[in-house]
Amino acid sequence: MAIETLVLGAGQEVGKSCVVVNINGKRIMFDCGMHMGVSDHRRYPNFSLISPTGDFDTALSCIIITHLYCINTLFLRFHYFLIIKISHSLILYSYIFFFGIICDSHLDHLGALVYFTEVCGFHGPIYMTYPTKALAPLMLEDYRKVLVERRGEEEQFNSDHIAECMKKVIAVDLRQTIQVDKDLQIRAYYAGHVLGAAMFHAKVGDSEMVYTGDYNMTPDRHLGAAQIDRLRLDLLITESTYGTTIRDSKYAREREFLDAVHKCVSAGGKVLIPTFGLGRAQELCILMDDYWERMNLKVPIYFSAGLTKQANVYYKMLINWTSQKIKDSYPTNNAFDFKNVCKYERSVLDTPGPCVLFASPGMISGGLSLEVFKRWAPFENTLVALPGYCLPGTVGHVLMSKPPKIELDPNTKIDVRCQVHQLAFSPHTDSKGIMDLIKFLSPKHVILVHGEKPKMVSLKEKIHSEMGIPCYHPANNETVSVPSTVYVKAQASDAFMERCLKPNFKLHKCSSQELSIKTLTDKNIVPELQVINEKAVFIVEDKSKKLKVVHNDEVLVMLGEKKTED
Amino acid sequence: MEFTCLSKGRGSHFPPCHILNLGGIKILLDCPLDLSALTPFSPVTTAFYALPSLEEDKVDANNDVGSMAVPAKRQKIENQPENKTLIFAEPWYKTVMNLHLWNPSFIDVVLISSPMGILGLPFLTQMKGFSAKIYATEVSARLGELVMRDLVSMHKELKQFYGPTETDFPVWLRQEEVEKIPSVLREIILGKDGTELGGLRPLYSEADVNDCVLKIQKLKYAEEVCYNGILVIKAFSSGVEMGSCNWILDSPKGDVGYLSNSSFISSQVAAFDYQSLQGTDALIYSDFSTLNSTEDVEDEENESVQLADKLLMSSHGLVGLYHNAKEDSEEMEKLAFICSCAIESIKGGGSVFIPINQFGIFLQLLEEVSKAIDASAMKVPIYIISSVAEDLLAYLNIVPEWLSRQRQERLFDGEPLFDHVKLLEDKKIHVLPNIHSEKFWMHSREPCIVFCSHWSLRLGPVVHLLQRWHKDPKSLLILEGGVNPQLALLPFKPMAMKVLRCHFQPGIGLHRVRPLLETLQPKTLLFPEEFRSHISFPSEKFCSVLYYAEGETSKVSCKDGSELKIPATLASNFYWNAFKEQEINLARLNGELIIENARYHLLLDNTEKNSNGRTNSVSFRKPELEKLLATFSNFGINASVEHQKMNSESQIQCVIHTADPYKAVIEIGTSSVVITTAGENVASHLYKALDSVLKGN
Repeated sequence: MAIETLVLGAGQEVGKSCVVVNINGKRIMFDCGMHMGVSDHRRYPNFSLISPTGDFDTALSCIIITHLYCINTLFLRFHYFLIIKISHSLILYSYIFFFGIICDSHLDHLGALVYFTEVCGFHGPIYMTYPTKALAPLMLEDYRKVLVERRGEEEQFNSDHIAECMKKVIAVDLRQTIQVDKDLQIRAYYAGHVLGAAMFHAKVGDSEMVYTGDYNMTPDRHLGAAQIDRLRLDLLITESTYGTTIRDSKYAREREFLDAVHKCVSAGGKVLIPTFGLGRAQELCILMDDYWERMNLKVPIYFSAGLTKQANVYYKMLINWTSQKIKDSYPTNNAFDFKNVCKYERSVLDTPGPCVLFASPGMISGGLSLEVFKRWAPFENTLVALPGYCLPGTVGHVLMSKPPKIELDPNTKIDVRCQVHQLAFSPHTDSKGIMDLIKFLSPKHVILVHGEKPKMVSLKEKIHSEMGIPCYHPANNETVSVPSTVYVKAQASDAFMERCLKPNFKLHKCSSQELSIKTLTDKNIVPELQVINEKAVFIVEDKSKKLKVVHNDEVLVMLGEKKTED
Repeated sequence: MEFTCLSKGRGSHFPPCHILNLGGIKILLDCPLDLSALTPFSPVTTAFYALPSLEEDKVDANNDVGSMAVPAKRQKIENQPENKTLIFAEPWYKTVMNLHLWNPSFIDVVLISSPMGILGLPFLTQMKGFSAKIYATEVSARLGELVMRDLVSMHKELKQFYGPTETDFPVWLRQEEVEKIPSVLREIILGKDGTELGGLRPLYSEADVNDCVLKIQKLKYAEEVCYNGILVIKAFSSGVEMGSCNWILDSPKGDVGYLSNSSFISSQVAAFDYQSLQGTDALIYSDFSTLNSTEDVEDEENESVQLADKLLMSSHGLVGLYHNAKEDSEEMEKLAFICSCAIESIKGGGSVFIPINQFGIFLQLLEEVSKAIDASAMKVPIYIISSVAEDLLAYLNIVPEWLSRQRQERLFDGEPLFDHVKLLEDKKIHVLPNIHSEKFWMHSREPCIVFCSHWSLRLGPVVHLLQRWHKDPKSLLILEGGVNPQLALLPFKPMAMKVLRCHFQPGIGLHRVRPLLETLQPKTLLFPEEFRSHISFPSEKFCSVLYYAEGETSKVSCKDGSELKIPATLASNFYWNAFKEQEINLARLNGELIIENARYHLLLDNTEKNSNGRTNSVSFRKPELEKLLATFSNFGINASVEHQKMNSESQIQCVIHTADPYKAVIEIGTSSVVITTAGENVASHLYKALDSVLKGN
């Protein structure tokens, strides 16, 4: 009995994750990503390996979405899936990828979920957490619009496709045990990272495994830390984005950011924060709202993106998915009712005086944030705060090198005199977090996905040497096979149970010879006379190959009785 | 397994209470309070007018009104209850009497199935020696907490009114005083034969509530929690109220299902998850709602209630096993009817008072009434008066996971879960913590709609409102089931205002009980005695049915033995000893027995002791000494019999010493052979020799 893991994507790389796992002769897929840098068919994982005929309904029993992925984090994670097969059932774990409006060359990596269900034709159930289900259509729709309107690309799917796809989605709550079919059972655990992110536990028969997706082991301003039960796992598949980094305190960087913003507004300058609708925007807003309150600042904060505003409506209803601190202050103070946030109107762009503006999309890749940037960048007292990573090719990326001029196109050049502040807190777990999780779960095997190869190798060595857990980091299209647990069922007699519950202590004397061997190693630990809890049991196999577990005394009775019968 | 029904409860506000002993673990199912037993107590308003004659010093303060209401001296024996026969004292609360027969320190687990099942819990948690683990769904715990806080704050008014008591034993509980209480009221509070006196308790404090809430472990639906490794507990939606649930308890000896008050109609809350209760070893049926509602209807028919204008609308939710649009509409019809009555009375210039009972119904009514007002183009303020109203309304908007699919759709559409969020923003609803708000009294001359606590009409803002409006024939009071209207309205007589009684009794429905149980297919069914005449089971095809009654203990036999799991890697390495005569194989294992998630696991003992411990096996024969010595010499072992005697005490028959090539002692007893050597290799070598003799080679 074995669990075979075939990696189709995100093996020793960041992006396009796709792993097919075969447990006890059954297959599941975790995540199914697209690669952003490739534009031909190679950007998709080789779905034909799941089912050469394209009959995904029989090949997969369900899809699980671990979270809604938001791009404005340090690393770009592409929509990726991973398939694991457990006892006749395939689970597809997948990320929905939201890029918002990113640079043009990378616009075609959206909604692989919709693509997979509506275009490839998967009709099985799809599982995701409540926040993910609530926010997914919002993002997908926005994404689709970007594709069609900005790039003029042919529609890969339309709004109806999104609606159809969402109908197949079954929302799950944390810790709820969902019986997908007779054999397959799944359960979501809180993963931090982004609202609604979850780690998924899958169990078939006696084989158990956890797929983490992205997680964060340290609580954030609006989300809690990842939480999971102690489980008996055969396999843990974990992300390893920050495989070798140990991050310092976030508070210093938050402080720095707030100081920079405060300095700017008190000098009468304007602050532009280009950000995507979810996650970071809320976190920064909570941070700033809090700071405004404490410092009694009156400078208006504007939230431009309709998306962000809509997202806040969801955040307010999904308070239970945020951090404990926010939950506790509810209902007297809903952290998402930002007191200092004013309603955005176009006129504020030209209104003199200081202000803070959250504008979408992040990375200043177009839309309002680019428009505002064009207007404000030539002024020295403007501050552009870039939360998170900016893709090459975006204005944000260019801006990080602080050039005097940015050339948008041959006809448009912007003088850049503004200050630039880059914030780098990412909601991914770091090396310590990964090690803590593995230590806590102590699975029998670990597979690392989604990380850069050198980082994976060193993390793998660390896991192997520190915990003695076999660890693998397969490359794409490689297979790893690990044994899975199978239990044999036996019937235990009541007398046996009763005896077992009572301790049966016996004195045991170590012979001097044994002692002399032992004293070499642990002199002080082994006394000459030991108390031993006798734990011997008898296992009886009868004609029908049924196992019975009985106590010592019962065996004799059993044999004796049978003899008299003869 | 032992099951004891402590109380079969009454209606949704007073759920049943049971104790289950599952393999030595004592589980208390719900801990409710019977708040309908407040009826014999006077609300603060009546007492205000009635008491001046008893407490002279208070008259001064209330001279202007006190003069009108000096009651006649109380007669010794009164048959007919009237408002002066109510108990003018700080009320005591009625807990489940039978629960006090149990030592609280022996309870291991408490399961709370609904927000109402929590109300008696602070009495239990403050008891000395109580250390049970308490489980409730997140929402049950939170809503229950709010109800308890509201209760404590409403009770404060009475407490302040009567002042501190000198003794722990109140005057009204003395034998002679108790006899003065009219029998109808006495029965409510003390039971038919007066034995329920022991269940009465003065109310807990806010600190007790806080303390109690901290002890609750909160669950989600279908979350698995493990008590002590030996019991896996799971809650499944029952479709009655937000957070209300049924339970599955899984132990190594089998699983038990607890079916509490459940409903197939759930337009507001998550649907009844009956599939998860399928195929249990034992199922406890504890939905008495159907019976209660039939009884209630009979009661009402016998009663001749002389109220000014009584519109009686009673219905016992006849539900289908599968969701049925028709039945859904039935509930909606009821709501629509209430709304139309409310609008009518508003149009006639009267106000409408709705005591809050069930949260789901309350929210629905709130939505329907506000819609009806909008439709009629009137501007009528809606007030919600309760100390916890603000928290409650805010909380109900953040629990999408616990609501019905229709409600969840609102989340996915980006709308608030309930209309009240918008109504509050538009200032159409006003939430007030208490009645003493200027805002309320300023506008209360105009017709308005007020939702307030408490449905017993003995506590909270409702008593003041009724005191003020009971003589207004234009106003309307909507009473939601549960209470005897005649007795409940006693303090406010003569009543001129209209009273509408409605009945929302969510339940499985009598005609659906059998199909449901046939679907669930438990091996053993514990069924209430009261239902025996209503529902019959086909005995031969169906499971075994045990009827239980209040206060009795039923025993259910468990299966013999427990299931145990052995890792296949270990099982495949067993060294089997075949016993051909008995046709069995035997293996001996020095292992470790662990229990995890209600399943036993047998693992190999990896500790070092194993290596120097004695390994042994079982054989049916006794070794023949000569043969053994011969075999030993075959194996190249030099052995000598040193000591041979019959010793009955030690059961050692003979001792064999070997010196060459290794030193060992072999003791042969009547039923065992013990080989003692210095090393394991030697032992196994000798063992092989012995084994070959034993096997008769």
